[in-house]
Amino acid sequence: MDLEYGPEYDAFREELRSFLEKHGDRAPDGQGRAARPSSEAVEWQKLLIEHGYTARTIPKEYGGYGAQPDILQSRIIAEEFSRAGLPGGLSNQGISMLVPTLLELGSEEQKRRWIEPTLKGETVWCQGYSEPGAGSDLAALKTSAHVENGDFVINGQKIWTSTAKQSDMIFCLVRTEPDAPKHGGISYLIFSMDTPGIEVRPLKTMTGHAEFNETFFTDVRVPMDQIVGQRGQGWYVANATLGHERGMLGDPDALENRFQALVKLMQEERVGQGRAIDNPVLRDRLAALQAEVAAMKYNGMRILSDNLKGDPGGMAKLIVKLQSCELAHQISALAIDASGEMGILYHGSDREREGGAWQWNYMFQLGLIIGGGTAQIQKNIIAERGLDMPREPRLAKPAPAEQAAAVTARQKQGAA
Amino acid sequence: MDFGLSQDQQMLRDAVSRCLADNCPLDHVRECAEGEASFSDKVQSALNELGIAGMMVPEKHGGLGMTLLDAAVVAEQLGYAVAPVPFLSSHVLAPIALAQAGSEQQQSEWLPKIANGEARIGVAIAETIEARDGAGISAENGKLTGTALFALDFTGADAYLVADTAGRLHLVPADAAGLERRPLTTIDRTRSVGELRFEQVAVQPLADDGGAGAARLRDAGRVILAADSLGAGQAMIEKAVDYAGQREQFGRIIGSFQAVKHMCAEMAARHEPCRSLVWYAAHAFDAAPEEAALAACHAKSHTGEVYRFVARTSTEVHGGMGFTDLLGLHYWFKRIGFDRQVLGGPEAVRAEAAALQGWDRAA
Repeated sequence: MDLEYGPEYDAFREELRSFLEKHGDRAPDGQGRAARPSSEAVEWQKLLIEHGYTARTIPKEYGGYGAQPDILQSRIIAEEFSRAGLPGGLSNQGISMLVPTLLELGSEEQKRRWIEPTLKGETVWCQGYSEPGAGSDLAALKTSAHVENGDFVINGQKIWTSTAKQSDMIFCLVRTEPDAPKHGGISYLIFSMDTPGIEVRPLKTMTGHAEFNETFFTDVRVPMDQIVGQRGQGWYVANATLGHERGMLGDPDALENRFQALVKLMQEERVGQGRAIDNPVLRDRLAALQAEVAAMKYNGMRILSDNLKGDPGGMAKLIVKLQSCELAHQISALAIDASGEMGILYHGSDREREGGAWQWNYMFQLGLIIGGGTAQIQKNIIAERGLDMPREPRLAKPAPAEQAAAVTARQKQGAA
Repeated sequence: MDFGLSQDQQMLRDAVSRCLADNCPLDHVRECAEGEASFSDKVQSALNELGIAGMMVPEKHGGLGMTLLDAAVVAEQLGYAVAPVPFLSSHVLAPIALAQAGSEQQQSEWLPKIANGEARIGVAIAETIEARDGAGISAENGKLTGTALFALDFTGADAYLVADTAGRLHLVPADAAGLERRPLTTIDRTRSVGELRFEQVAVQPLADDGGAGAARLRDAGRVILAADSLGAGQAMIEKAVDYAGQREQFGRIIGSFQAVKHMCAEMAARHEPCRSLVWYAAHAFDAAPEEAALAACHAKSHTGEVYRFVARTSTEVHGGMGFTDLLGLHYWFKRIGFDRQVLGGPEAVRAEAAALQGWDRAA
């Protein structure tokens, strides 16, 4: 057990700390939820790229900083921004999902065209994966693209397209080979959201806000070279990015910050002559959550160590999405309970606490438990991949080709 | 940076695991648990050959001077095998206490004998956490009076380390005049606890450290109990997965039913982070004393909750068979039940965790 990063990393950390001290006042406020980064946020992003505190390992020729991947440096960057309470580099779907995909599977031209403006926050992307009939069973997607005069012509509907209204571009899964087996008939297309035939309708959720949209495609024409990977290979292309999304949802620093905010709330919230935290039952729940947050923090350190040794992480990693999302939800639940009747104030009410953020989080985190691979899908993955338990028998026997494709796809999905 | 076990610790784990696989099969556990003596001399001597008895004894007294993380690695394997040996108090807590606050004479008399497996020492500190049934020990003029409950590793101990109400530790030979010993019978027959009744018993106190020594024993004990549950829980999850992979109903392996599969996944998902939590708590005890008490509280309380869930869920996955004595699954269930209650149940420990951070006091 050695929790020291070593002197060369201490120097890196010191450098970063003085950078944050010197430039911290240039950081934008409330950047987290804005789909379209403000000009302030774009400037901050450029400054961070220039110093290598975001897009660190993206090659220089594509607009990144061009450093060699170093897990501990990445970890230190996350730790120090979190510690300073400052926003780190942008993390929208373009940056976290499309850029890694293009780096891995995009053509040289696509890399040069798209990565740099995406990193700089100038080009904003949305993701067109889920459909009303294709959620957990994503490969059942039906949005079609047939070829006509050298274009793909797209018809169908996507759902859960967050930031679709603010996005310049979409990366989208469509069925290009209707006669191919389920997983083998999909292609990964990238196109402008200004293309004629696209209609975006806000999807209002239980939070009262429209964090997502439904996106409709009617005869949307996309040149055939706007495909990433080969025709029919979209499922495998997409799985590279699904892995990145899952990694994104388990952030131990975020849990720790939410927990500290909860402690502060319970110490400050007055109940009669005392404080919410003076209630021993609430305090007991708080201590229980603290132990869970600690467990996930050390689990994260263990994964980090495993990664340093070139080990992908095994069970410790498989459980992160399930456990972290649930824990975040429980932290919000306790904040609401500790606030008593004040906990239900919302919609900008008088006496509302923190802009209704705890209620919003409580509801939105339920969305995160469902999204990005539902808790039930996560449990299937843990059981089948982590514990090697048998699969659910299929209702009808699929064609051997389809079966083989599905197995490979699942293996890829689990490995990601 | 390496958050995990060193190569030496992995070798230690594998050696103890092999030793217990060879010497401590379930049939042997059953013999011990159903017989009069709850401890197995056979398992203990096999472990002694690996140096386990003296692992926490300083080298100058004939031990190996190892760390609590090393001991947690061993405890996990003991829990995995539900091994009936007096590890916690005789081979972890007593050497820590004696090395820390024992007189030179106490150290030279007892530590070498602990290290070579000749002596066993029980530890009675339950009342420093919660006094039940009016128990408690008062110390006056070098003499103890009162009752200490749940003395750990009770049976066959040559001496006991006992905490008085001020938290000071005293060493008492088992045959001291005025000491009456009465065993307590718990659900877990692989462990031994008992009651010590003192009537003006002359004792040798350890150094007066204002209760710090007893507090440190609580921390160490909690980590070891958490590690024991970690191992017992690991075994219960493996058994559930194995059983679900063999048992057929409705023409299917029951492990292919999501209802069953998800029970196993939930166990694994809650179990896995506990491993890191326990490792960290042990490491904090060894290397970050200012964090040790809180980390031990977290490890103890959280594993108490997680493994209660694992114990009942694994039993349910086994269906009716899990409920019988035939499979012996209940030995792990009860081991986990013991670990949860001893040295503070989750609620008591969380109250301590809150107090350690000043949550119970207005600013």
